[in-house]
Amino acid sequence: MSPTAERRLLTGWGRTAPSAAQLVRPSSPAQLDALVHGATRPLVARGLGRSYGDAAQAAGGTVIDVTGMSSVLGFNSTTGVLRVQGGASLDSVMRMLVPRGWFVPVTPGTRFVTLGGAIASDIHGKNHHVDGSFCSHVESLVLATPIGRVEVSPTNDPELFWATAGGMGLTGVVLEATLRMIPVETSWMLVDTERAADLDDCLDRMQKRDGEYRYSVAWVDCLARGRNLGRAVITRANHARIPDLSAAGHSAPERASSDRAASDRAATRIASRHLGRAGFDPLAFDPRVALNVPFVAPPGLLNTLSLSAFNEAWYRKAPRQVSTRPEPMASFFHPLDGVGAWNRLYGPRGFLQYQLVVPFGAEDTIRAVIEQLAGRRVASFLAVLKSFGPGNPGPLSFPIAGWTLALDLPAGQAGLSEVLDDLDEQVAEAGGRVYLAKDSRLRPELLASMYPRLDEWRAVRRRVDPDGLIASDLGRRLSLCEDPTGARTGDSATHGSQKREGHLGRLEPAR
Amino acid sequence: MNDATGMPQSAVVIGGTSEIAGALLQALVRRRLRRVVLAGRDEQALAKVAAHLQAAGAEQATVMAFDVTEVAGHAAFAGEAARALGQVDMVLVAAGILGEQSESETDPEAAARVLTTNQTGPAAAMVAFAAELRRQGHGRIVVLSSVAGIRVRQANFVYGASKAGLDGFAQGLSDSLAGSGVSVTIVRPGFVRTRMTAGMDPAPLATTAEAVAADIVRALERGSPVVWSPPAMRWIFAVLRVLPRSLWRRLPG
Ligand SMILES: Cc1cc2nc3c(=O)[nH]c(=O)nc-3n(C[C@H](O)[C@H](O)[C@H](O)COP(=O)(O)OP(=O)(O)OC[C@H]3O[C@@H](n4cnc5c(N)ncnc54)[C@H](O)[C@@H]3O)c2cc1C
Ligand SMILES: NC(=O)c1ccc[n+]([C@@H]2O[C@H](COP(=O)([O-])OP(=O)(O)OC[C@H]3O[C@@H](n4cnc5c(N)ncnc54)[C@H](OP(=O)(O)O)[C@@H]3O)[C@@H](O)[C@H]2O)c1
Repeated sequence: MSPTAERRLLTGWGRTAPSAAQLVRPSSPAQLDALVHGATRPLVARGLGRSYGDAAQAAGGTVIDVTGMSSVLGFNSTTGVLRVQGGASLDSVMRMLVPRGWFVPVTPGTRFVTLGGAIASDIHGKNHHVDGSFCSHVESLVLATPIGRVEVSPTNDPELFWATAGGMGLTGVVLEATLRMIPVETSWMLVDTERAADLDDCLDRMQKRDGEYRYSVAWVDCLARGRNLGRAVITRANHARIPDLSAAGHSAPERASSDRAASDRAATRIASRHLGRAGFDPLAFDPRVALNVPFVAPPGLLNTLSLSAFNEAWYRKAPRQVSTRPEPMASFFHPLDGVGAWNRLYGPRGFLQYQLVVPFGAEDTIRAVIEQLAGRRVASFLAVLKSFGPGNPGPLSFPIAGWTLALDLPAGQAGLSEVLDDLDEQVAEAGGRVYLAKDSRLRPELLASMYPRLDEWRAVRRRVDPDGLIASDLGRRLSLCEDPTGARTGDSATHGSQKREGHLGRLEPAR
Repeated sequence: MNDATGMPQSAVVIGGTSEIAGALLQALVRRRLRRVVLAGRDEQALAKVAAHLQAAGAEQATVMAFDVTEVAGHAAFAGEAARALGQVDMVLVAAGILGEQSESETDPEAAARVLTTNQTGPAAAMVAFAAELRRQGHGRIVVLSSVAGIRVRQANFVYGASKAGLDGFAQGLSDSLAGSGVSVTIVRPGFVRTRMTAGMDPAPLATTAEAVAADIVRALERGSPVVWSPPAMRWIFAVLRVLPRSLWRRLPG
């Protein structure tokens, strides 16, 4: 039986630039193979739609919803090696394996992403400086491509493997992945929180002590200006071991007496209450979505005023000195997952996320970005700052050694696109790049300077998709799959050079 | 593809020599616009616009002969334009004539010419492109209406009526496209100093093609379905629309 296709309007998480396509949800790899061959072009895979822009859309073509293929195919509890279908979510993997003492090697700020999406974006987590990005933990993949199914690993076909890592779904559909999980003793994190007065202080603190922690991130207040520019709250953590948990539990009450928020106190209370009790399960993992945003908010709800007030309160809440406390994994890694569909808060026009990385040494660019956004009052919630370790061999994989900064910006603000175009230039100039999984507006001309190995990637892609069947809105918008000389794949777009002279009178006026 | 800030990469312009269209294209080429089809009657003038756009950074500016009143060719033209561009992110409907009111009032053919050029022809073109855009699953139609169509005045009622019809058509089309990925932006300028109004006494709040273009760009960014230009026209016409007829008839101009 072939799955039914339905014309659907799709957007990314930012709810901008909708486009309509046939959405199909195959329930088996065999159905998917048939689809890859018989579908309306262009074709692309879609996971849980958590990329912000237009990566998982293919206007006028076919979008394959892979979440119907989400089975766990095998787990080795000695080695921690997991074989799972591409449509499985990290949420489901964590729910299954955290209670057995295994955690995913890399998690983004939300659990609601698929394995396929994690690979296609080669996602990074707060542990990039220690563990690298997602695909560095993948042993092999099964890809459905227009030339057939292939099993690829970093050893049997390194080119295709690394072209798929961060390849934004454009090398084929990930059907299966085999990856190495990491062992944990508890489902708790031992979290250190501290304030940084300004950007220098923040970078300095991170540089000096990130090495002591597996996970590190700073939340920067992008609305603070002048002396406070770049003030931040740094949170860093390691997985809590059982003895850590009891130690923290005993001393928790004194620490909690400071200015921590109620929810934080509650977390500590839960830990200490259960410690030492029969029945306390240090590996319990069952996070809930507490609240759902029920409707699209009116435009302008999140304006500069409401955000300033929020940022101020949030900064004041953080302790001046380093304070340590245990926190459940879910609240440390995925605080936003507690609120369902929070992207609706940005109103009907939606929002975008700007995420960039620049090499170490280009700290001035980070400052310039914060300064320019703060200076122009382009409202932004909190920005996330962290340091990356070395990148991997993926030509389109985003992380490179340096600083990454990510900020959410309501779309539709006057002047926003020019500000960001400006920042892009500075980022490219500094040897940096923006993250394609978040992109929805990059000027295509900058792509090749941000990803200098683009042509190499295109050549590998052509090997598995010679007729240009696979394409996404992101791919078309950025001419990802086309080479700049005009030879093209992906769709029927005519390209530059041979058309430079205007064609006169191509169509006679109808009589 | 249109990006998250509403900026198109490709456009078809119906009435490619329009000054308002020209100003908008220049503004859009400064952003993301790279491929353009310019459609119109005067091929030499169109070629000049094409050259300007290429000098400003457009990679492709294709000229196509096109008369908006010849509706039998519209479907084929839409297909041809779409093939030339690959993806049609924006269709700008700018063709229009003011006509000579005294002539339009007395000569049936002159009246029909204004109505066909401003209303029937553009409406048929929008039908043709709406089908094309629906199929491709995205895109935006930007149509130049006019405040003259919001409340029709006796001083230019033939032109005003043509714009009233066009505006109503575009509103209905917009609703009919909901959920298709295709949207319609209706632009209602006041008096714009272009060759269309050359020699006329400027009306209050007269503006320029560049200013109208800037208002349109802003509306694309915000995703607004209707653009009044200058923006104050919205409030002025909120009042004028409900003015008693006895007063309305006696307004100067
Ligand atoms: C709140 C939030 C926090 C985030 N935090 C981070 C973070 O910390 N670090 C980070 O790196 N990212 C982060 N992201 C981005 C997110 O991790 C990526 O966009 C991820 O790719 C989303 O996965 P998805 O399953 O939703 O994929 P989708 O958004 O549906 O698709 C994303 C891309 O993956 C491709 N794809 C999906 N499934 C497959 C498949 N089976 N085979 C081939 N290609 C496929 C699609 O074609 C598309 O190009 C965050 C996103 C949100 C909303
Ligand atoms: N200027 C104003 O005050 C004002 C105010 C409100 C609305 N508008 C509207 O804005 C639009 C653009 O006006 P503008 O000010 O830019 O004036 P313009 O420069 O005179 O532009 C009008 C365009 O329409 C084209 N056109 C006329 N008849 C055509 C036909 N039969 N087929 C194809 N194209 C045809 C003209 O092309 P040719 O070279 O072939 O003649 C010209 O490109 C018009 O729809 C107008 O009604 C203007």
